[in-house]
Amino acid sequence: MATPVTRTLSINGTTHTVSVDDGTEPLLYVLRNLLGLKGPKFGCGVAQCGACTVLVDGVITRSCVKQLATLNDGDSVTTLDGLASSARPHPLQQAFIARQAGQCAYCGNAMIMGALGFIEGRIAAGNRAVPSEDEITQFLSGESSTSPLVYLCRCGSHQRIVSAIQQAAKEMLS
Amino acid sequence: MTTTTPKATTPPTMSRRRFLARAGTLAVAFSLAPALSQSLATQARAAGTATTAGNDMAVDSWLVIGSDSGVTIYSGKVELGTGVQTALSQIVAEELYVDLNQITFVQGDTSLTPGDQGYTAGSQTVQSEGPKLRIAAATAFQTLLGLASQQIGVPTQALQARSGQIGIGHNLNRARGYGQLIGQQQIQLTSNPNVALKSPSNYTVVGTAVPRVDLPAKFLATFSYLQDLTVGGMLHARVVRPAGRNASFVSLDDSACAAVPGFLQVVQRGNFVAVVASDEWAAIQSAKALNVTWRQGPPLAAEGNLAAELRDPANIYQSGPSVAPVGDVDSALAGASATLQADYFTPFQMHASVGPSCGIADVRGAPDPATGIQATVWSGTQGVYPLQGAIAGLLGLPTAAVHVIYVEAAGCYGHNGADDAAADAALISQAVGKPVRVQWMRQDEHGWEPLGPAMAHTLRGGLDSKGNVVAWDHTVWTPSHSGRPGGNPGNLLAGQEIGALPPALGAPNGSGTRNQPVNYAFPNIRTTENAVANFAMAPGTGGRLATAAPLTYTYPRTSSLRSLGGFSNSFANESFMDELAAQAGRDPYAFRLSYLSDPRAVAVMKAMAKQAGLTGKKPSAPSGMLSGRGIAYLQYENNLAYLAAAAEVLVNPASGVVRVTRVVVAHDCGQIINPDGLTNQIEGNVIQSVSRTLKEQVAFDANGVTSVVWATSANFPGTQYSILHFSEVPAVEVVLLDQPAAAPWGAGEPATEIVPAAVGNAIYDAAGIRLRTIPFTPDLVLAALAAKNG
Repeated sequence: MATPVTRTLSINGTTHTVSVDDGTEPLLYVLRNLLGLKGPKFGCGVAQCGACTVLVDGVITRSCVKQLATLNDGDSVTTLDGLASSARPHPLQQAFIARQAGQCAYCGNAMIMGALGFIEGRIAAGNRAVPSEDEITQFLSGESSTSPLVYLCRCGSHQRIVSAIQQAAKEMLS
Repeated sequence: MTTTTPKATTPPTMSRRRFLARAGTLAVAFSLAPALSQSLATQARAAGTATTAGNDMAVDSWLVIGSDSGVTIYSGKVELGTGVQTALSQIVAEELYVDLNQITFVQGDTSLTPGDQGYTAGSQTVQSEGPKLRIAAATAFQTLLGLASQQIGVPTQALQARSGQIGIGHNLNRARGYGQLIGQQQIQLTSNPNVALKSPSNYTVVGTAVPRVDLPAKFLATFSYLQDLTVGGMLHARVVRPAGRNASFVSLDDSACAAVPGFLQVVQRGNFVAVVASDEWAAIQSAKALNVTWRQGPPLAAEGNLAAELRDPANIYQSGPSVAPVGDVDSALAGASATLQADYFTPFQMHASVGPSCGIADVRGAPDPATGIQATVWSGTQGVYPLQGAIAGLLGLPTAAVHVIYVEAAGCYGHNGADDAAADAALISQAVGKPVRVQWMRQDEHGWEPLGPAMAHTLRGGLDSKGNVVAWDHTVWTPSHSGRPGGNPGNLLAGQEIGALPPALGAPNGSGTRNQPVNYAFPNIRTTENAVANFAMAPGTGGRLATAAPLTYTYPRTSSLRSLGGFSNSFANESFMDELAAQAGRDPYAFRLSYLSDPRAVAVMKAMAKQAGLTGKKPSAPSGMLSGRGIAYLQYENNLAYLAAAAEVLVNPASGVVRVTRVVVAHDCGQIINPDGLTNQIEGNVIQSVSRTLKEQVAFDANGVTSVVWATSANFPGTQYSILHFSEVPAVEVVLLDQPAAAPWGAGEPATEIVPAAVGNAIYDAAGIRLRTIPFTPDLVLAALAAKNG
């Protein structure tokens, strides 16, 4: 039987109380359908592509398999929708636009949110070096020491994505 | 520039008459359909430069300038993630002297863009639409120039234009905006094919790397893909597809669905079964809870034996020459000093969009009294008109009662599940009487999207005593590459599930034989196509009609995947070209050049050779690895873009893993509209094609596709459909050869074709093994190495 769940979360800095009839409902559908956010996308539903990536308390999370019941009251969720300040886009968004790092760009959420977690994770671990292209590539392939998650792009914008992430990292680390 | 998507809840009622009849506008009518262009041209010639667009039948597109000087283009062509919208806007901005942000596209809407403009596909958009938009924009500009001359009181020669204003001299003195020039007039023009056009040497927008207009919103999460669209009062549905490709419905038990909060009802018609719920998660859970009993039908052909199965005469519905033969191949082969024969094979492959297909439909019980619209459908389709007709047939409505609105979805790369998802939504909405959104799950997309066909080839070649090619003979076996809706519900998955049948298989239309002919000057050439049917054929119909419903599939359903037959045909041709060169003891580069005389062909070969460093040593290999370099050449569709490529690979003889490290492409597609957009397209084609070459193969069993997600896992054991990871992506270097005075040709597909043979030839160079089956998996490489080493 479905178990209703209510959580009070900080989503992109704003407090929201969300209730679902079935606590196994993934965060992805809560964000998209209850809160109307467009950043996180449905891609596979099995955590294999990255389209749904968000940060939960700074941790890279595949929201398509993250059940709302497994979140705690007070958890902080960051989505692509919340990256830009009112004044200007986030350095990652700026770099992706500058490098034209997408074609259909449906994977843009995956790449930007994954990269944000990657770079902020390095900073939190005391590593302020700009990641090399190889390090970024390994991260996005699920081959880094910190994350087994894979990020998929079908249009073939890979070179531009890696370059954009490195460009943004330089600004974020300066 | 902005893209408008009509508000979902209020189907647009603005007719072409209404916006043409508005005061304070200048409208240029033109046609994007080839047959109509002819009549329009005739009409325009008869009437002179500025005519009244009196004959609506000859018109299917408009360029409209309003009182705010803004330009709106009503076009059936749609943005498919390739930057087409940006390129077309550049063309208009150039001829009309406006800024890109003054241009609005209304695209792909059966009510706003009247006339059937077919599909956005096959790299055709820029090359076929571009010149027509250019003429329409120039027609508008010449009229505005005339108005300015009258109103400002100076000859047109004294006037200049910029950003939607015309004035005197460079500083635009006494400038008047286009809206001011039009005033309260209602000006209707017909595109004038003889209008004065801007010289390419004066271009300031075309040929420059203008950033894509659609990308910022996509990265800022403010863009609405189809998957993000919501319609007031819409319900969520999931389709429960049959347990097998040929399975039929027996019964269902929905008692467990009642425990799902939000579950509403089951819709079942024939083999079409769906669940409807008030929210998306409830729909997903209801689909899992629904228990359907299916009866399995006849098995599909065995995957492991496909290359032979495709050649089974029982499945071939038509055979014949692909193009007119040259010379006498049989005699030339009989007289050759040496002959060579080789079989090639490429498997079923997927479009595999990262965003699974979605469809939204609002089917009412009666037509709207004002518009006559009864069904509104939002779709990522490549063609709103062909889908409109197919949906009408599916729902049993007149075509005019169906309104199809294109909304951009994730990249499609051909005919993927977009049309099928729209049909699903329409059928369910009709049954429940409310708007319905159907989001395909990943397993739906991988399991049911129309696939790129598997293809088999036999090539034979003859050499004379000096190593010259005297005969070339290419026979291909291919299922259909043309399964698009085409106005027929039997081409839609849901349609087939309720008993509709596909139309009679047409004569081969060149899609399976794309780039099967070669552009080499051989004295004797023969190309033959064997068209293979995907489903059981009815006796007594000339072998062209499906058996009576239900349709019985022999192979999975197929349709158009990027470059159609070109990927497989070019793989076979350009691999065999290397085989002949090796047999003749000739260098593959010089061997190809000796059969090419077209200066543009020679130019791309030389540009590729220079960039790739062909005359130098091949790259060194790390310890334990083998390195190699291979090349390929082709002219897209034999008369469009010229391409030459070099691929560098590393082969690990212990693991069998092939890594493509570098791909150089020299590319001449005529006039370049946007060099960065073009480079982006070529990079994308190359990387996607490397993925198809090294990794991609649909796995299926007797009942259907079994590779339904991206990677093998505990929940998804067995082979899955994997695509290239970042760590497997080569460095791609693009050399563009611009032809400013030539026609612009499309670049959405050509580079897809050039990759597989270049990689295969590089593997031969590295390891001395000739791989004739795609994908080049580690198992295939290890088997070939073992065979070579005996």
